[in-house]
Amino acid sequence: MRIRTAGVIAAAGLLMLGVAACGGTNEPAATPSKDKGNGKLVLWTDPTRAPVLKPFAEAFGKENGVTVEVKEISENQQQTFITASQQGSGPDIMVGAHDWIGNMVQNGAIDPVQLTAEQKAAFHPNAIKAVTFNGQIYGAPYAMENVALIRNTDLVPTAPATLEDLIKTGKDLKAAKKVQEILCVPFGAAGDVYHTYPLFSAAGGSLFGTTAAGDPDPSKVTVNTPESIAALEKMKALGEKGEGAIKTSIGNENGIPSFVQKKCAFLISGPWSMNDVKKAGFGYDISAVPGFAAGGQAKPFLGVQAFYVAAKGKSKVLAQEFVANYVTNKDVALALYKADPRPAALTAAADEVKTLDPNAEKFVTAGANGIPMPAIPAMGAIWGPMANAEVAVVKGGDAKTAAEAAAKAITAEINK
Amino acid sequence: MTTEVTGAGSASSPHPGSSGQAPDQRSRGGRRGEAEQVRRTRELSTGFIVSRIAVLGIVAALLIYALPPLIRTEAWTALVIVGVVTALVAYLYLTPRHIPAKYLVPGTIFLIAFAIVPIVLTFVTAFTNFGDGHRGTKEEAIRAIETSSVTQVPGSPEYYLTIAERDGELVFLLVDPATKAVQAGTAEGLTPVDGAEVSLTGKVLAAAGYTVIPTAQAAERDAEIAAFSVPTAGGAVKATGLSRAFEGKADKSYDAACDCVTSPSGGRWVADEVEGYFVNAEGEHLDQGWKVDVGFANFKKALTDPTISGHFLNVLIWNFVFAISAVATTFALGMIVALALHSPRVRGTRIYRAMLILPYAMPGFAMLLIWRDMFNTDFGLISKLFGVHDWLGTPTTARLGLIVINLWMGFPYMFLVITGALQAVPRELTDAARIDGASAWAGFRRVTLPLVLVALTPLLISSFGFNFNNFNNIKLVTNGGPYAVDNATVGATDLLISYTYRVAGFDSGVADFGFAAAISVFIFAIVATVSTVAFWRSRAQEEVYS
Repeated sequence: MRIRTAGVIAAAGLLMLGVAACGGTNEPAATPSKDKGNGKLVLWTDPTRAPVLKPFAEAFGKENGVTVEVKEISENQQQTFITASQQGSGPDIMVGAHDWIGNMVQNGAIDPVQLTAEQKAAFHPNAIKAVTFNGQIYGAPYAMENVALIRNTDLVPTAPATLEDLIKTGKDLKAAKKVQEILCVPFGAAGDVYHTYPLFSAAGGSLFGTTAAGDPDPSKVTVNTPESIAALEKMKALGEKGEGAIKTSIGNENGIPSFVQKKCAFLISGPWSMNDVKKAGFGYDISAVPGFAAGGQAKPFLGVQAFYVAAKGKSKVLAQEFVANYVTNKDVALALYKADPRPAALTAAADEVKTLDPNAEKFVTAGANGIPMPAIPAMGAIWGPMANAEVAVVKGGDAKTAAEAAAKAITAEINK
Repeated sequence: MTTEVTGAGSASSPHPGSSGQAPDQRSRGGRRGEAEQVRRTRELSTGFIVSRIAVLGIVAALLIYALPPLIRTEAWTALVIVGVVTALVAYLYLTPRHIPAKYLVPGTIFLIAFAIVPIVLTFVTAFTNFGDGHRGTKEEAIRAIETSSVTQVPGSPEYYLTIAERDGELVFLLVDPATKAVQAGTAEGLTPVDGAEVSLTGKVLAAAGYTVIPTAQAAERDAEIAAFSVPTAGGAVKATGLSRAFEGKADKSYDAACDCVTSPSGGRWVADEVEGYFVNAEGEHLDQGWKVDVGFANFKKALTDPTISGHFLNVLIWNFVFAISAVATTFALGMIVALALHSPRVRGTRIYRAMLILPYAMPGFAMLLIWRDMFNTDFGLISKLFGVHDWLGTPTTARLGLIVINLWMGFPYMFLVITGALQAVPRELTDAARIDGASAWAGFRRVTLPLVLVALTPLLISSFGFNFNNFNNIKLVTNGGPYAVDNATVGATDLLISYTYRVAGFDSGVADFGFAAAISVFIFAIVATVSTVAFWRSRAQEEVYS
């Protein structure tokens, strides 16, 4: 019996120790008031941006006398954020791409951000357009990105005016054994709707119709309209059974390296390729992806990185202060650019950036015709089926059959 | 008797010191004396006390760790469960009785927590529409709809905000940027403030009768400020952060009387409890929905929706082909290598073994991506060796490629376990077979293989289960492709798991967990049936050979 008592005493002792320890850490220093927030701001971002944002977040914390925690989420940021928000363990601020907005809004995970007319005017119009969803602004943009045509100026001194020019130059260089490939556009065995969208749109293709308000309309999927089928025909002509400019053997894993190794004179890629391209040791230039001689302009997708206020955060007012009033500041935007060079969304900062880095400006110019990537949740249904249809035509499949199959799969996914 | 006593003795004392003493103490007394002895042995041992304190300490720590969040989120059911389990464990390790339970309970708790609860949750989720757009409750959806419909009242000033206090009550001091006029906003409304001192940036520095709250202190009252609103004629003034405020108005509001959301600018969305959405007369729904029970709808859809059930059989056949080939090829190669290294004539077996385990030891994700690139049509190693071919773009070669990749990744595991099993086969048996005149093949076929199989069948079954759901291989190497021109939904190498992953929308980032759970239930049923049949057959085999 003695042992039992000893055990109980030991367990009770441990319990009390535990309670005391927890009490020690949890007890706030100041006397709490009833509606007290925690005076703490939590920001989630991806691992590449976390070290960049940390000093700015900390500066904000110092300025306002609060603690700021920057936490990096290694993958699946959007789903992680939505799930955590729902459970009440999410952050106060989320950083991410603007095309998440539709899904975050339908899950009630983010709140609109009220920007003043003056603040809105300070942003690049495309950036504001990208973060606007159902007429509301849902985030403060800070960086923009889009793909452009990057060419090796040692091989091609002047930018091609049309896609036909581009193909001809590429073929001549290939015939002269100066390159192995006509064009490096990341496509891969699984297809890549994002990188090929300039070509698809230049050929007249589109994904959605538009609503009366000018937003993409999920009830009007246009991948199998005659225009889109004609565009897929043109991609087929550029594909493996045609010119050989779009190939499934060139993907994200080898697109940029192939360009750097001079296997191709042209690359379609975004600002993220610049680190590698700069080190390549040859002259390069950035221009807009050209359109077809007889056709429309190439419209790359515009992506905008933005700060969002979590709807279920614990420090919402502080989060709004950070998003609406702090990162919209020109000096903050400029500092962010210096830490992580991506074309700035704030026009005033972009003007100053221009003198620092001409590449950023060239990417913005190349994206002038671009369209913000649709932020509606239905966009998620596009990627897979559309990529499959593009792979099919690039391999020589029938464009109409592929377009119909993609439209069927997309509509089924949207209406599920 | 001897075995029974030794068993009980060692079972009741978790420290090794007592098991040596127990038998001779017990041989002196009867049942009762024996129990006395056991108890005294325990009292004397410090190992006993330390182990009990460790177990109970961990349990107490877990309880304390779990309490605050459970209380904060008002999860009373979970709280009761945690409390009951903790009490049960504490009782169990403080009483000298229930000795078998001391050993079974921890494992059972883990089994329930990590195997049974997820299965039950999956089943429960299968009967709901839980997914993106339907994650929360109806109240949360209404709140989100109202919040996201708030827009600035046209023509209203974009105020500078200073947080202040009057008689302990929160006050918004608002400065009109155009006129620099100062107003105080309380829960009653706006009142002008005269003689306030305003900075160039629009902050109120001092105002008679009001105490300006410094930012840091205001930040601590976040929830109070977020909830605070100043009623105005056009709507209400709300804070945008700590330094600005705007006059906003919600365009949509919920009306409990009609269970609908209405908008003054026209528009009426009635709650649809079947779909979990607010739907208008045109059949369009608001973005934000809520979670509802849908009965068997998910199962019905999986069986009747032509885009899903139409491909089900083809996918299922390839799924079986893949899982069976994966097990058969890795087992065969593992066996050959293990037999070769088992021969006493082979030298340097350790080096060989270390090298053979390498593919198993390398990170699978990276290996899969490297394999994918080796199959690249124009630049890959396979094309360089065997000629240019669209290896992963042609159904037959893509399927073969996956089986080869899986063989490379999987055989070291089989090699390891077969090596272990071979060492347990007595040499006398194989020697006896040889003396009886059996050929090497016959000796292997009739003696070694059956004995190895008896030990390995459970592992083969689990390997089948794993490969049946081998999502990584498919996702990273082919992503289900190649796809036929007329079919953008299902590819030639899709397994049920990779196929449903896509159909349930996880690929696109807009997930339908309810439907995915329903498919998981189907996959669970298939794997469970196959495993049960296999175990049942292997038991019959065991009876023959042991």
